[in-house]
Amino acid sequence: MTELGLQIWSLWQRELKRFARQRSRLIGALLQPVVFWLLLGAGLGGAFRPTGAAARMTYMEYFYPGVIVLVLLFTAIFSTISTIEDRREGFLQGVVVAPISPAVIVLGQALGSTTLALCEGSVFLALAPAAGISLTPAGILATTATMTLIAFALTGLGLALAWRMESTQGFHAIMNLILIPIWLLSGAFFPSVGVPGWLRAVMSVNPLTYAMELLRKSLYLQSLHLDVGSGQTGLAIGVTVAFSLLTVTLAISVARRGLPAS
Amino acid sequence: MSEASLPHLSAVVVAERANATDAIVAHDLRFSYGAHEVLRGVSFSISKGEIFCFLGPNGSGKTTLFKLLSTLATPPRGTLSVLGQDLREASRGLRRSLGVVFQKPAIDTKLTVLENLRCHGYLYGLHGLRLQERAQAMVELLDLRQYATARVHTLSGGFQRRVELAKALLHEPEILVLDEPSSGLDPGARRDFFNYLLKLRASRGVTVVLTTHHMDEAERCDRVAVLHHGRMVAVAPAAELKQRIGGDVVVVRGAHPEMLWQRLKQRLACPVALIDGTLRLEAPRGYLLVAQIVEAFGEEIESVSFGKPTLEDVFVQLTGQRFFGAGAETDQP
Repeated sequence: MTELGLQIWSLWQRELKRFARQRSRLIGALLQPVVFWLLLGAGLGGAFRPTGAAARMTYMEYFYPGVIVLVLLFTAIFSTISTIEDRREGFLQGVVVAPISPAVIVLGQALGSTTLALCEGSVFLALAPAAGISLTPAGILATTATMTLIAFALTGLGLALAWRMESTQGFHAIMNLILIPIWLLSGAFFPSVGVPGWLRAVMSVNPLTYAMELLRKSLYLQSLHLDVGSGQTGLAIGVTVAFSLLTVTLAISVARRGLPAS
Repeated sequence: MSEASLPHLSAVVVAERANATDAIVAHDLRFSYGAHEVLRGVSFSISKGEIFCFLGPNGSGKTTLFKLLSTLATPPRGTLSVLGQDLREASRGLRRSLGVVFQKPAIDTKLTVLENLRCHGYLYGLHGLRLQERAQAMVELLDLRQYATARVHTLSGGFQRRVELAKALLHEPEILVLDEPSSGLDPGARRDFFNYLLKLRASRGVTVVLTTHHMDEAERCDRVAVLHHGRMVAVAPAAELKQRIGGDVVVVRGAHPEMLWQRLKQRLACPVALIDGTLRLEAPRGYLLVAQIVEAFGEEIESVSFGKPTLEDVFVQLTGQRFFGAGAETDQP
């Protein structure tokens, strides 16, 4: 058991060291979402006329949790790209012939990436007052837990898509086709209230929609007295947990097939 | 042990013949990428403590063979046993007895030498004081002490290769498998690297299996297996392979090799071969031929060389092709 833990820890801390030594990555994953938040927040602020729960919000405030998820998504994407580089540069082949299971490799990568995403997300969380959100200790705790789940899920998804992928170019295509739309249609950018029926249907089968909802609830949490009983919160937690377990399991099963032949 | 007879034996017989002194026994290994067959029935056995090399040009199948030995790929046909166990199952214990050095660097160049060794050590189940001791011992063994805390990308190619070797040896494997370990190194660094392999074998009896296309490297191994288009065409100590060519080798180059070939054949008593635009003669006391050829065809000749047979000559004799130039196909599709 300790051996297994040390194996995962070994790959986890390597991800962190590499990240710390590549400053462009550190800034890239954080700065771009912040710029999006400021520009789109200011630009779309006037046009934003929501109904329902968001009725009294500014767009800056509405969009803020969406940008948190974008920070997590970008960090997950950067980590995934570094996995492809690991394979291209050769590091991964040395790991694959080691006496460890593919699950250990994927967990090490996923936990490393989740930690990084959480760090970046936490830095961005400090800007909450600027969005008009006053965080309580309970809110910070719940938000951190939610961010962890989301980061784990997104990393798992990225790894499942990238593990056997030949090139980073291929991954960019996948990113634009799958990962960014999943984010766009999660309620991060616009609420599902008032959109055409087909769009609402797509949003309701998108697991990230539920994660987004959980994050919104966490941000505004006043005390740790979670109303899990209320169907919506329970569903949001359930789907988010299931989503992260599913994607990481998927990534492990892809890794079990080994590296591509060439 | 005569490998030539192995293809006729069943896998069971091979398994029975495998004894305590065998590190690796392979029988009738085959491998294809789609319809492209890169290994066409390769059989061999390697003794413990031996330095064994697979010599072949690009496309001979040696990298594929390495992939099978390193557990990166499993053979769809044939048997491959390491230390008496079937490698197909690639159990964790068996993987622990293998040290693997890839042609492409498998170390993280953004980490320091020691960080790389520690990272790898954990994966192989080492930790704590034992890991510290092993890492330190490897740094000493490979003379990397002054670079121990340097990031790997700041080191020269030769030193990076040594870090690879340190990494592969950290967990004290019984067998070291290396794919073109000296590719990209200058001859000096190549010699140095091989000296470390000799040192290892002498100090801990490690079995070394490597692939190479460098003749000088192959010459220094205990036995050489010559690969050509996925088949093993010979296996023996380099000296023995060279002895099989009776006498000296004379190579003649000219502007019109075809014409020169015809005329040489008429003139000389010994057989003349035309291979990839050069004319080759094998004869005892070949120096006598040199004078004869230059006197008769001086005008048409660009160069004549004379020498004792090299491994390249062995390859030419076995395959009818020159070593560099035979690689029309690549190892991978």
